[in-house]
Amino acid sequence: MSTVKTESHFHHAHHFDSAEHQYSSAKQGIWLFMVTEILMFGGLFVAYLIYKSLYAPVFHVGSSYLDVKMGTINTFLLITSSFTMALGIYFNQKNERKKAVISLALTILCAIGFMTVKFFEYNHKIHLGLVPGKYFNNPEFVQKVADFATNMQATSSSYQEIDIAALKKIAPLYFGFYFVMTGLHGFHVIIGACLIFWVMIRTAKGDFGSEYYTPVEGVGLFWHIVDLIWIYLFPLLYLVG
Amino acid sequence: MAHTETHTSHDYLNHQKGLWSWLTTIDHKRIGIMYMIVILFFFLIGGIFALLIRLELFTAGPTLGIDPGTYNRLMTFHGAIMVFMVIVPGIPSIFGNFLIPIMLGAKDVAFPRLNLFSWYVFMTGAIIAFASLFFGGADTGWTFYTPYSIRQPNGVIFVVLGAFTMGMASILTGLNFIVTVHKLRAPGQTMTRIPLFVWATYATAIIQVLATPVLGITLLLLIAEKTLGVGIFDPALGGDPVLFQHFFWFYSHPAVYIMVLPAMGIISELIATYSKKTVFGYTAIAYSSLAIAAVSFIVWGHHMFVSSQSEFAGIMFSIITMLVGVPTAIKLFNWIATMYMGSIKLDAPMLFAIGFMFLFTIGGLTGVWLATLGMDVHFHDTYFVVAHFHYVMVGGTLMAFTGGIFYWFPKMFGKICKDSIARVSWVFIFTGFNVTFFPQFILGAMGMPRRYFDYLPQYESLNQVSTVGSWLIGFGFLIALYAIIDGLLRGEKASNNPWGGTTLEWLATSPPHHENFEKTPVVSVGPYEYR
Repeated sequence: MSTVKTESHFHHAHHFDSAEHQYSSAKQGIWLFMVTEILMFGGLFVAYLIYKSLYAPVFHVGSSYLDVKMGTINTFLLITSSFTMALGIYFNQKNERKKAVISLALTILCAIGFMTVKFFEYNHKIHLGLVPGKYFNNPEFVQKVADFATNMQATSSSYQEIDIAALKKIAPLYFGFYFVMTGLHGFHVIIGACLIFWVMIRTAKGDFGSEYYTPVEGVGLFWHIVDLIWIYLFPLLYLVG
Repeated sequence: MAHTETHTSHDYLNHQKGLWSWLTTIDHKRIGIMYMIVILFFFLIGGIFALLIRLELFTAGPTLGIDPGTYNRLMTFHGAIMVFMVIVPGIPSIFGNFLIPIMLGAKDVAFPRLNLFSWYVFMTGAIIAFASLFFGGADTGWTFYTPYSIRQPNGVIFVVLGAFTMGMASILTGLNFIVTVHKLRAPGQTMTRIPLFVWATYATAIIQVLATPVLGITLLLLIAEKTLGVGIFDPALGGDPVLFQHFFWFYSHPAVYIMVLPAMGIISELIATYSKKTVFGYTAIAYSSLAIAAVSFIVWGHHMFVSSQSEFAGIMFSIITMLVGVPTAIKLFNWIATMYMGSIKLDAPMLFAIGFMFLFTIGGLTGVWLATLGMDVHFHDTYFVVAHFHYVMVGGTLMAFTGGIFYWFPKMFGKICKDSIARVSWVFIFTGFNVTFFPQFILGAMGMPRRYFDYLPQYESLNQVSTVGSWLIGFGFLIALYAIIDGLLRGEKASNNPWGGTTLEWLATSPPHHENFEKTPVVSVGPYEYR
């Protein structure tokens, strides 16, 4: 990897046989890294599912406090960005440097747009006191959860053993999940945007072409995973009610 | 690679000069040595803490004049240092880094810069963890069980964040090794010809990559719990502390095999070389490593037999846990079959290997006792468990580690340690180990609970035996350290293959060339072809 920039033709590090060899190794490494990302978020999803099944009313009422419109805009932004990212790789492969830079720039714009929407959402939640446990300050939300559960008990006998006092105690947990899950995802969006910025600069400098575009493809894979995780976060948090 | 002939003075150690060249090196051998230096240092600190713990337990009631809180912090740091900074990274990061590329006939690991980066990530994590000492330390034990850990001073956050960071280093190292094994084997070096140490480290790398991310998210959630009060693990907020245990052990049980699989790899090498015989059941040993890695993911519940887990889950976890004994026994019997009719030479590394087999058998079999549901209810949280896992981790991993150091020392530094001194160190370590930990089996069976600062008077005599044993171990490791320093300063010059090994690293010069081999070797036979 260290000798990559100097040669224009057969650039590969000394311990690889060929550029092709280096490319396939790098790709395997990146895929393995993606596996670790999925396993890490997997832990969060498992925790989410456990509490969702234990305290369904909290999650039902909680998701009604999220703005589906903003979530939809963000989903649209990320899917678009995945497309432009793929274009960035494609144009690099085709040696069309200018188009590649534009595609990558569009991807970054989408990421910035996503984080801006997120900022307004967070701001709104913090303003209402809908924040994780220790700082939670919104009695109205807790009351709504209790009302919803009472309502459930009134409609069906199978909900009789719901413990409303316990529900009231755990109600802030929904926003714990919301902030931890979207926070960790948002952190990945920021890292991803920085990485895309890096490959964009290198694309502009002419480091990549049809013979060498491994970093662009690696960053692209990372970006798709970030997108994919959001595709799961969006229905679980916003639409589950 | 300008020069061609036996310029043995030109090797990886003097390829470049100065501290800066070491700190910026991307040579896997140098990175391995850098890990070795820092890990031996952490081992020294963790060892001193262990000696202090044993000293405090020499008499019932206060012995050293430290308060119970200090004792708890000593115990926590002993555990956290030994697990996260010594035994988990130890063999893969030192020997794996140094040896895997050479054993495969490669010039370096797949991602050399990532490899260096991993070292810095590891060091950052270690420094963060030690920084905890300035913020009240941590007294939770290395497992950070909730809700206790949530209620403790902020020092806990630092240890947790340090463990998280070192986990990242572990992931990156494992990732690097997997790709290296898949992509960088020399011509003819097929998967069925790679040395068993590489197989073992490969299986370890799979666990590192698949399990560590779960530890990562667990520790992140713990930090979120402590700073924001999220409520996932905190029963006061409606959360479930047992969920933390599930998450934690989903990583930390596989991590037990991160600790011991590479050690088993070292043993396979030592047994072959010092028996001068082709390894019996190469394929069985290789695949049993993968089998252990696979089973390790579905046994975590045996840590929660008494934590309100359902009885059915308990029974399932109990049965699956016993399954681990099968691939482990396969290895052990194959090693014994390898030794059978071999020309056994009892050099220090072989003594450590035999010590490993002896102690690990005890550690492994008591593991089956603990896996038995009914017995575990009695043994849980007693000194029996402490004795069990020390037999596995110290009697197993550290014996193999020390044996590995003496075995590969000539390859690493081009000099030979005095075998007589190394053998003396083995006598002290092996004897001291049994004197320390065997009484703890009895103490545990008598019901002495673990982690406590104090104990009932009837446990005193056995505790004193145990403490005396700890001095023997400490003395043994000091002799080993002396043997290493003596070897570095005054050791005889080593030939390329002083022990008559057959794996590729013995084809390289001692110490190896900057690119390992002047010419990439072509492999045409299996790894252990003795005749």
